Amino acid sequence: MSDNTGSHPAGAHPTTRHPMTGNEMSAAAAGGMERHTYDVVVVGAGGAGLRAAIAAQDAGARTALVCKSLLGKAHTVMAEGGIAAAMGNRWPEDNWEVHFRDTMRGGKMLNNWRMAQLHAQEAPERVQELEDWGALFDRTEDGLISQRDVGGHKYARLAHVGDRTGLEMIRTLQQRAVHLGIDVFMECTITDLLKDDGVISGAFGYWRESGRFITFEAPSVILATGGIGKSFKVTSNSWEYTGDGHALAMRSGANLINMEFVQFHPTGMVWPPSVKGLLVTESVRGDGGILKNSEGKRFMFDYIPEFFKSETADTEAEADRWYDDKKNNRRPPELLPRDEVARAINSEIKAGRGTPHGGIYLDIASRRSPEFIRKRLPSMYHQFKELADVDITAEPMEIGPTCHYVMGGVEVDADTQESAVTGLYAVGECSGGMHGSNRLGGNSLGDLLVFGKRAGEAATAYATSLGEARPQVDEADVKAAQVSALAPFEVEGGENPYTIQSDLQQSMNDLVGIIRTASELEESLSRIEVLKKRAETMVVEGHRQYNPGWHLALDLRNMLLVSEAIATAALARQESRGGHTRDDFPQADDAVWGRKNLVVSTDDSGQGVVLREQPLPEMPEDLKKYFAPAAAESPAASKEGK
Amino acid sequence: MGYDLKMRVWRGDIDGGDLADYTVEVSEGEVVLDALHRLQATQAGDLAIRWNCKAGKCGSCSAEINGRPRLLCMTRLSDFDESETITVTPMRSFPVIRDLVTDVSYNYEKAKELPGIALGPRDADGKRRMAQIDVERGQEFRKCIECFLCQNTCHVVRDHEDNKPAFAGPRFFLRYAELDMHPLDTHDRRELAQGAAGLGMCNITKCCTEVCPENIQITDNAIIPMKERVADRKYDPLVWLGNKIGLRNKDYEGRTEV
Repeated sequence: MSDNTGSHPAGAHPTTRHPMTGNEMSAAAAGGMERHTYDVVVVGAGGAGLRAAIAAQDAGARTALVCKSLLGKAHTVMAEGGIAAAMGNRWPEDNWEVHFRDTMRGGKMLNNWRMAQLHAQEAPERVQELEDWGALFDRTEDGLISQRDVGGHKYARLAHVGDRTGLEMIRTLQQRAVHLGIDVFMECTITDLLKDDGVISGAFGYWRESGRFITFEAPSVILATGGIGKSFKVTSNSWEYTGDGHALAMRSGANLINMEFVQFHPTGMVWPPSVKGLLVTESVRGDGGILKNSEGKRFMFDYIPEFFKSETADTEAEADRWYDDKKNNRRPPELLPRDEVARAINSEIKAGRGTPHGGIYLDIASRRSPEFIRKRLPSMYHQFKELADVDITAEPMEIGPTCHYVMGGVEVDADTQESAVTGLYAVGECSGGMHGSNRLGGNSLGDLLVFGKRAGEAATAYATSLGEARPQVDEADVKAAQVSALAPFEVEGGENPYTIQSDLQQSMNDLVGIIRTASELEESLSRIEVLKKRAETMVVEGHRQYNPGWHLALDLRNMLLVSEAIATAALARQESRGGHTRDDFPQADDAVWGRKNLVVSTDDSGQGVVLREQPLPEMPEDLKKYFAPAAAESPAASKEGK
Repeated sequence: MGYDLKMRVWRGDIDGGDLADYTVEVSEGEVVLDALHRLQATQAGDLAIRWNCKAGKCGSCSAEINGRPRLLCMTRLSDFDESETITVTPMRSFPVIRDLVTDVSYNYEKAKELPGIALGPRDADGKRRMAQIDVERGQEFRKCIECFLCQNTCHVVRDHEDNKPAFAGPRFFLRYAELDMHPLDTHDRRELAQGAAGLGMCNITKCCTEVCPENIQITDNAIIPMKERVADRKYDPLVWLGNKIGLRNKDYEGRTEV
């Protein structure tokens, strides 16, 4: 494979063609390699990456923001419901302690307590900051930022803009980043991290547009690459979600934790097949939508677990009163945490009470006026109307669980987001710990902002502390990265990556899905071994310029490694908790499994994974009090009598 | 249920290209992007397509379908007769990179030229207050998914490449209008909108509004009001007199011209 940038005559492209990205696309560039030096390189430009880059730039770092897609297209745009932050605009009783408790309970106490605490404490200011930068949130009657309900949060807490909060967030951060003049490298994929004597020295990747290679020399790299959903067949995630950050971190020697916990969002579209898995926001339920089976029964009352009994309504009458009077009524069971609702839906479908297209009904049409629905849920109205010919103001939606989010990710220090590798940070979905075994709705957007800022600042502080004594990029590593990236072009007679990806997705969906058993997990691991063998000889047609087949071939390596990490951890955890449900171990086992995280890293060959157990970080006494049986109500309970 | 769809897809790069004929199996409920993905997976592994969310929310997969600027993921095959050949070409106003992928950096350049938001200080309790009715005007414009179909369609640049340096385009007129209508912003960007952004070049043919997948009323709610505001500032003799004798338009009170 020769370098193909020559397909563009040099004269046709003035070197100013991509002034924003610095992508010169010139055929004359020696060896087709471009080099840049920065203090901080942020990989991924969703909410976490953008917030990290803004923080780094603000802290004085020379900052590069590198993303696989165009700026502003990252998966954060798909976030619908809102940003969880205890601002108390709707409920003055709300505060960080209540939010902290909700987060820990939602994660079935497996969360990193310090991350949950920092998140609850700092999210309100991070939201206010977005408003300073131009975000236009929906308002309360008093003109404050409005807050809405979703599952697992005691109070209406999600700052939102209709049901397109993610778009508002990414656009606000994008406009801020552009305003600050941060260097953005769009449609540029990082394939390797570079190290010098055990610490980060840079990153290597390629321009998707030209296929040309690019090397960043930088002592700090922040991974903000999002999740792993593309390893599953039915998913709400976009093509970018191939676990790049997870895999890059593992290969460079960092650890992943909690990888067995994958969130299946209870409500994804099931029809038509073309949109199967596409997200239906939890706000439909927060705004009054209920779940019904094919017999018309509102079945969630049959699935209230002991753990949440005291705070969940047990009659339809009480549940319906709650929307207007939260003080004297308990929450509807439709607003239990996502893992509970997804399992209930799965059980109803398995019991034969599903809809014609294999889902169950989500009904808001019979409960709210068409005007209310169109006003509060404009994107959902549009989405169903345009893609499924369903008018959600007149008829129920058909929905079913869809792979949505991975709680697991790079193990990081709670305060700085630094991984086990010096100079390597991870934020947002590709980091782990914050959400424990199950994430509450709205806690992802807050997570991106709170820890994005923290990582950007910590990465800058570290880079600055080095002075002139920076780690160096080893040319041999760059050469090896090039060879590795071009390998799919060298093979002859292998299969195409699309087929291997499709087989992986089917296998993960069938064997590592919402309900798991030992035999199926073992089967999935042996299938992954076969897929890894097949991937060694996969072949790519065409050349390096904007070649999706090549891009997939490189991403597929990450998907395979991360899938193996998920299946390995899922097999080891012999209990059911949060986003991990074992048919053969249906109960949570607090005495044994409630006390430890599973940690995954690469084996000596670098091609497989090894697993070890690690005790949970110990929560300090002054936080434990929120979870003592006597405090079963909530930290704010005493204030509620007013 | 399923049937064989005939497609013509533009393949090529900056040096030229041509429509290639394909036949691809499709099924009920699918969109044009599904058909292209199946082509990619089975017949044309290196077919370049830009896409992300496949749900009409990210604005990546803009192209022209039978000559009409549209999102590939929101164009349903059921809109066409099964015997009809669907032709897919890249957006015409931007330089092609490869196949259906174009170089949209023009738009990112224009975004950089726009002065950002400048709010005053927060209220004493650290919060800001705005009425829902006041934020709704800007919220309509912030629904924009930056698919750039409006930019692609606007004849000011579609037919006149040389206008690009002086013309920000409908997407950024939206942004000007949004900032101008923000209840707490402190800058007056009317001069910039008219001058540097080329608002005056728009002759309100509404082509941009017609292709907007978010149904934003770009012309009626953003461009025309902005034109009126600019005209107020420049030509209205009463405004001129008001300025002279110290009676100013309240809408712009406290705003600084940038």
